[in-house]
Amino acid sequence: MAEPESSALTETVRDIVQRHNSMPTRLLQILRDVQDRLTWLSPETLDRVAQELSISPNKVHSVAEFYSFLYTAPRGCYDILFSDNITDRMLGNRELLHYLCDRLSVGIGEMRADGTVTVGTTSCTGMCDQGPAALVNGYTLTRLDKPRLDRIAELVESRTPLEQWPREFFEVASNIRRADILLGRHFADGAALRAVLKRGSEAILEEMIKSGLRGQGGAGFKLAAKWMSCRNAPGDVKYVVCNADEGEPGTFKDRVLMQDFADLVFEGMTLCGRVIGAHHGFVYLRGEYRYLLDSLKATLQRRRDAGLLGTGILGDPTFNFDIDIHLGAGAYVCGEESALIESLEGKHGVPRIRPPFPTTHGYLNKPTVVNNVETFATAAKIAVEGGDWFASRGTAESKGTKLLSLSGDCERPGIYEYPFGVTVRRVLEDCGARDAQGIQMAGPAGHMISAREFDRRICFEDLATGGSFMVFDQSRDILDGIRNFTHFFVHESCGFCTPCRVGTSLMRDLVTKVHTGHGTLYDLEEMRKLGRIMQVACHCGLGQTAPNPVLDSLDQFPEAYQRRLRATTFEPAFDLNAALEDARQLTGRSDSGAYLNEEDLLLGAMP
Amino acid sequence: MSEEPGFTLDGRRIPFQDGQTVMAAALEAGVYIPHLCFNPDFAPHGSCRVCLVKVNGRMQASCATPAAAGLTVESETEELRDIRRGILQMLFVEGNHVCPACEKSGACQLQAVAYYVGMLNPHFSHFYPRRPVDASHAEAVIDFNRCILCELCVRASRDVDGKNIFAVQGRGIQAHLVVNTPSGKLGATSFSIHDKAAQVCPTGAILTKHQGYNIPIGQRLYDRKPINVVGDVAQLPESKGGRRHD
Repeated sequence: MAEPESSALTETVRDIVQRHNSMPTRLLQILRDVQDRLTWLSPETLDRVAQELSISPNKVHSVAEFYSFLYTAPRGCYDILFSDNITDRMLGNRELLHYLCDRLSVGIGEMRADGTVTVGTTSCTGMCDQGPAALVNGYTLTRLDKPRLDRIAELVESRTPLEQWPREFFEVASNIRRADILLGRHFADGAALRAVLKRGSEAILEEMIKSGLRGQGGAGFKLAAKWMSCRNAPGDVKYVVCNADEGEPGTFKDRVLMQDFADLVFEGMTLCGRVIGAHHGFVYLRGEYRYLLDSLKATLQRRRDAGLLGTGILGDPTFNFDIDIHLGAGAYVCGEESALIESLEGKHGVPRIRPPFPTTHGYLNKPTVVNNVETFATAAKIAVEGGDWFASRGTAESKGTKLLSLSGDCERPGIYEYPFGVTVRRVLEDCGARDAQGIQMAGPAGHMISAREFDRRICFEDLATGGSFMVFDQSRDILDGIRNFTHFFVHESCGFCTPCRVGTSLMRDLVTKVHTGHGTLYDLEEMRKLGRIMQVACHCGLGQTAPNPVLDSLDQFPEAYQRRLRATTFEPAFDLNAALEDARQLTGRSDSGAYLNEEDLLLGAMP
Repeated sequence: MSEEPGFTLDGRRIPFQDGQTVMAAALEAGVYIPHLCFNPDFAPHGSCRVCLVKVNGRMQASCATPAAAGLTVESETEELRDIRRGILQMLFVEGNHVCPACEKSGACQLQAVAYYVGMLNPHFSHFYPRRPVDASHAEAVIDFNRCILCELCVRASRDVDGKNIFAVQGRGIQAHLVVNTPSGKLGATSFSIHDKAAQVCPTGAILTKHQGYNIPIGQRLYDRKPINVVGDVAQLPESKGGRRHD
């Protein structure tokens, strides 16, 4: 016999599952919607979802446990998550976090007893040029300061619905500071689709080859080769996937493209569909950009109404292509293309074994092109303007332009479009970074460079990047940033392979040990050894790049470590004296004999 | 009959058939590459990373790398031994592995591989996680402290036994083995010690009850000979190219 309450739960779940056509591939979207209604996902709720989808409960539980934004423990009606990238920290987010917790009388990461609110932290939300930022129930808050938090605390206490909060709290600026061929030239909607219909897919592929366009997500795989591989792969059903899971801390250029140039991105996807023979596309939009969802859906509908999407595009009965948007739920690893595909299929995001690659075995094991937002937008332009036009900019191996997301210590943070080959120094001058001591290029997974290297060029031949460019000025402690990055990787490791799952925690502990003044030269050597293992042994790019910030900074900023080291050759990872506290309490001793002095501590700790 | 294609592993020619991985071909040729999550009876998983080899100069998991003619594969090098030892040490500090107190000692793959790669201490700081033991089942006990997340029991129960009793949940360092029942207890499942899932654990995480130390410590499989000699590499029939190293 079902209790009334649980039959209401069944109703709720059934309704949502049916709205998603009871498709298991929609599991992540279903869980998001269910959570929106119930604030969290209880074991009972998850079992109901499994039942309604006729899938094993453990699959549903695995997905719920994997994504940061899915909660398997109760959360407040208002769920506030402060973005905790180093750029948010530079802007004082920690102080604001504590301030709001005090105002609301709630501990960090805890739900207030009355169930009203939870306040916690999350990985970079992509608002580095307008932070400190946060999410409230998944919606972006920007430019936080104490007066704004005072107001937010009042709105929470009065249980004011989000729709009635001041709109300016949610305002997201585009901050385009420098435009070149991608952002600067007008694009007539449908122009790329007319081009492919007029000239044919082969001719468009020729233009892509001429253009030399490479994946703008950072890996730099040639677009033409990827599209051709998928086009030639056997099978009638193929897919186009746009990777808008822009999770690399410090990157926000895809957010601006999705906000201001969504048509261009959708046009690039539709073009790709025509070229490779796919009729279906997905945008995998990172959960942090949920605020964009409604406007993106409206844009898709407008394109359908205008004959640029759906069936019979531009009146051609053989040109059929439509796009769905999938929303992520807080998992950086899903930016890796095979993990992203797993997530699209409704699973937890663990990267697949490759080969086979997505161009032959992608979504539902069908041939799939996965490209970054910027890549699709650029491809649409190339289809109209031609490959030579694009290739006239850039360097020998890196044609065209690149969008950079500038943040950190500079006067004009925002989006800058440069031809490939621009020097770091030029970028710093343009954004008003007068006093830079170092740059974290391409995010924590990229490389940290010091002032000695500011004449290096941004291109695949030298400094490859997905677009993140975080500036640290002379007032900053580089190790604050490094420690922040090691925490990021611990949080974002998917846990599949040993060296990443365990290595990220070991690295965080080593950096913390040095940062807090307990490290020795031995620990620096340990970091190098551990980092080397992770770089070569991890299953995917996340783990392979996770030690980069530590290894780079050891080389580029040795003094940041050296000045914190103890003079001894070895320090234990634990505090021996503190470890004796239990024994002192049990025996009731507080005399000096019950404490180790500094000398004892060292002798006891010698290897 | 044309000659089978082959690749080179530490200077030795290894023949392979189309579709075989480097690991599978090596195993068939009687050459041991250290591994934990790989088991010849199952599709490759690629998570433990112990079977890392250098393929044409690039590090790759041999269990997940398709064999190809002309590859140059390195396995028994100082560099790889160091990396494998590091990975083993990570597994040892992540869980609670107390070999002297473990019924599996001497018959444990984790321990045997650790010996094989020359691991003499855990090196890293122990995490000392708190993981309660599940003794709810009449015939078997699960000691989660010893789980290395190889997912062999998950795969065996799902793909061979058809019971789908185990799963790994959680992300990152929180990833952990769970039993698929509302209570999370093995006793509430249809698990049997005759299941494939009961036979595949490479550590002492899944143990049969009521039969402690039938074979005395010191006389167990890996007590007598190292794992490269008596492991699954030795189980291959001579007809399939199986050849003992001893």
